[in-house]
Amino acid sequence: MRVPPGVSAAAYAKALTEFEQVVGKEWVFTTDEDLDLYRDAYSPFLNEPEERIASGALAPSSTEQVQQIVRIANKYRIPLYTISTGKNLGYGGSAPAYSGSVVLDLKRMNRILEVNEQNAYALVEPGVSYFDLYKYIQENKLKVWIDCPDPGWGSVVGNALDRGGGYTTANYRNHFDSHCGMEIVLPDGELLRTGMGAIPNSKTWQQYKSGCGPWIDGIFSQSNYGIVTKMGFWLMPEPEAYLRCTVSVPRYQDLIPLIEILNYVENSRISAGFPDIESPLLGYPPIGQLQLWIEKGPPRMSEEHVRLLKGARVGYSAELEAHGLRAGIPYWRLWLSFHGPQEVIAAQWQATQRLFARIAGAKFEVRDTVRFPLDPAKVTDYHEPELGVPSLRVFSIGARTPWNPTPSKGHMWFSPIIPRSGEAIIEANKVFSEAASSLGMPLFNSFTLPACFWERCFIFILATPVTEDPQTNRRYREGFKKLIAVGGAHGWGEYRTAPVFQQTVMDVYSYNNHSLQRFHATLKDAIDPNGILSAGRYAIWPKHLREQKS
Amino acid sequence: MRAIRPGCCVLGVAALSMGVAHSETLPPDLREGRAVYEKWCAPCHDPGIEHPGTHALMTKYSGSPRASGIITEWKDLTPQYIRFMVRHGMSVMPHFRKTEITDSQLDALARYLSRMRPPVAP
Repeated sequence: MRVPPGVSAAAYAKALTEFEQVVGKEWVFTTDEDLDLYRDAYSPFLNEPEERIASGALAPSSTEQVQQIVRIANKYRIPLYTISTGKNLGYGGSAPAYSGSVVLDLKRMNRILEVNEQNAYALVEPGVSYFDLYKYIQENKLKVWIDCPDPGWGSVVGNALDRGGGYTTANYRNHFDSHCGMEIVLPDGELLRTGMGAIPNSKTWQQYKSGCGPWIDGIFSQSNYGIVTKMGFWLMPEPEAYLRCTVSVPRYQDLIPLIEILNYVENSRISAGFPDIESPLLGYPPIGQLQLWIEKGPPRMSEEHVRLLKGARVGYSAELEAHGLRAGIPYWRLWLSFHGPQEVIAAQWQATQRLFARIAGAKFEVRDTVRFPLDPAKVTDYHEPELGVPSLRVFSIGARTPWNPTPSKGHMWFSPIIPRSGEAIIEANKVFSEAASSLGMPLFNSFTLPACFWERCFIFILATPVTEDPQTNRRYREGFKKLIAVGGAHGWGEYRTAPVFQQTVMDVYSYNNHSLQRFHATLKDAIDPNGILSAGRYAIWPKHLREQKS
Repeated sequence: MRAIRPGCCVLGVAALSMGVAHSETLPPDLREGRAVYEKWCAPCHDPGIEHPGTHALMTKYSGSPRASGIITEWKDLTPQYIRFMVRHGMSVMPHFRKTEITDSQLDALARYLSRMRPPVAP
């Protein structure tokens, strides 16, 4: 039997007996066969000694059981590691950050406690997936949308706590920002409710976020200060209609005013839908059509076009630009979407065109008009999450297709936040393409365009494959860490990362001699003095493990 | 005001089977397996290249009896093979924990997906 680090076999045996009394023998896992199911399927340490593994797993079905487990863990100093649906693939999956921890698997806590259509919010437990919530809303014919990331089997709570993003409108795409109210089991087993939930018999827990006094919700995201057992979310009222349009511009330097105007249009809520940037000339698809390119193959290019692409540097050559102008192939194309009553979104599109018209040669097209509810048979014509529909289609990335005969074993996402400007896109491409090339990292074709999940910044997302070959994985891991440092040297930091890289990423956030990390440690020691909750998550270590590491 | 407050909507595979039209025509002993398939497998393995699992299997088994890539139509799947794939994964398909698919649900899934297999001669 595996035993957690720092715990005697005898103490662990006693703890397991007490855990079984709480959750039932069936939901305490200790055999290698069962615990292998808690391995990270996309681990960059696949089959290497450093792969993070679980010593045990517990699957409670209620908040009360979580409280009892935490009290037992304190008694025997058992390191726990909390997961919700365990599908955070590319960011650690269901494996602990501190190898040997006992995974606290909340998948069985899968109750949808409330969906309120009139004021558009929901209250759910951590085991509820986007598929579950969507299905519930559809079955009850409620006129609200969820905002989901690409993989629909993820936890609504877990994704928000890891600060994931989605694809509908600006108010909802940042999943942590769109939450309202939490219930948390603290490391001593105490139960806490945040915001208006701190009032007994509160009437507005999911309607006003901050309550009164310090608003502490943020410290329970990307952290290990508590176990979130309920979480509220604001939902989007189903729009009457959806309009998808494009703005195409012909020249390389047009990227700069294109982004400037996008920022105004989005920050003013003239267009609130997910902005998606494409380069037809560079052969770079919009995120919303990536799946179509993978499924059907990328559009064909002329031999001349391919030759000119090879000669481009940081996505540019005068010859390539001239070719685009001659052939009528735009350098950049911005996809915008509008949600609401038809007369409103028509006016918004009209204003949008007037604003972008200051770019010489800008062309405007309406691509799609949709009235809701959408015919279910037509959903796959779209990038489903942009319509609030969960899917698993994103797993075509890396999977075997006629265009990808060698599938990967998984991937890890390199995803620094960069400024919302055309200049930053060009600079990030220059910096990271040079770095990736020198490190032998398979990240770049010719040019990468960022994702616009959130207002006021871009996420520059690059997928690094996980392979079956440890040597290749080692090279990619080391390269990944160097890319993180290169980004940090330019003032860019990751928004989220897998446990393997969390220390490296947090080391970039080093202002004033790492005062942020030192504050995190101070909080950890105060809130969780025995260090039982999710040690190492986002580089927050309990005191006894910090001392071991130093 | 229209608010839904179900109190406790526990999501389970059995409840989901109500929405699966195909299950109505299946023998009762295969309905639970079909429901497990619908919840956990269908998003990647239903027919069509918009389902990445199906597209991958179409590519992998091109020219063979498995060329459709549609696992619900394959005639050579054994229960043991299904159990192994669910608990071990393949390529970008991860393995599934017992809190997602219990052993008894996996048995039901294995029975359902191996139903097309011709009976073995005694």
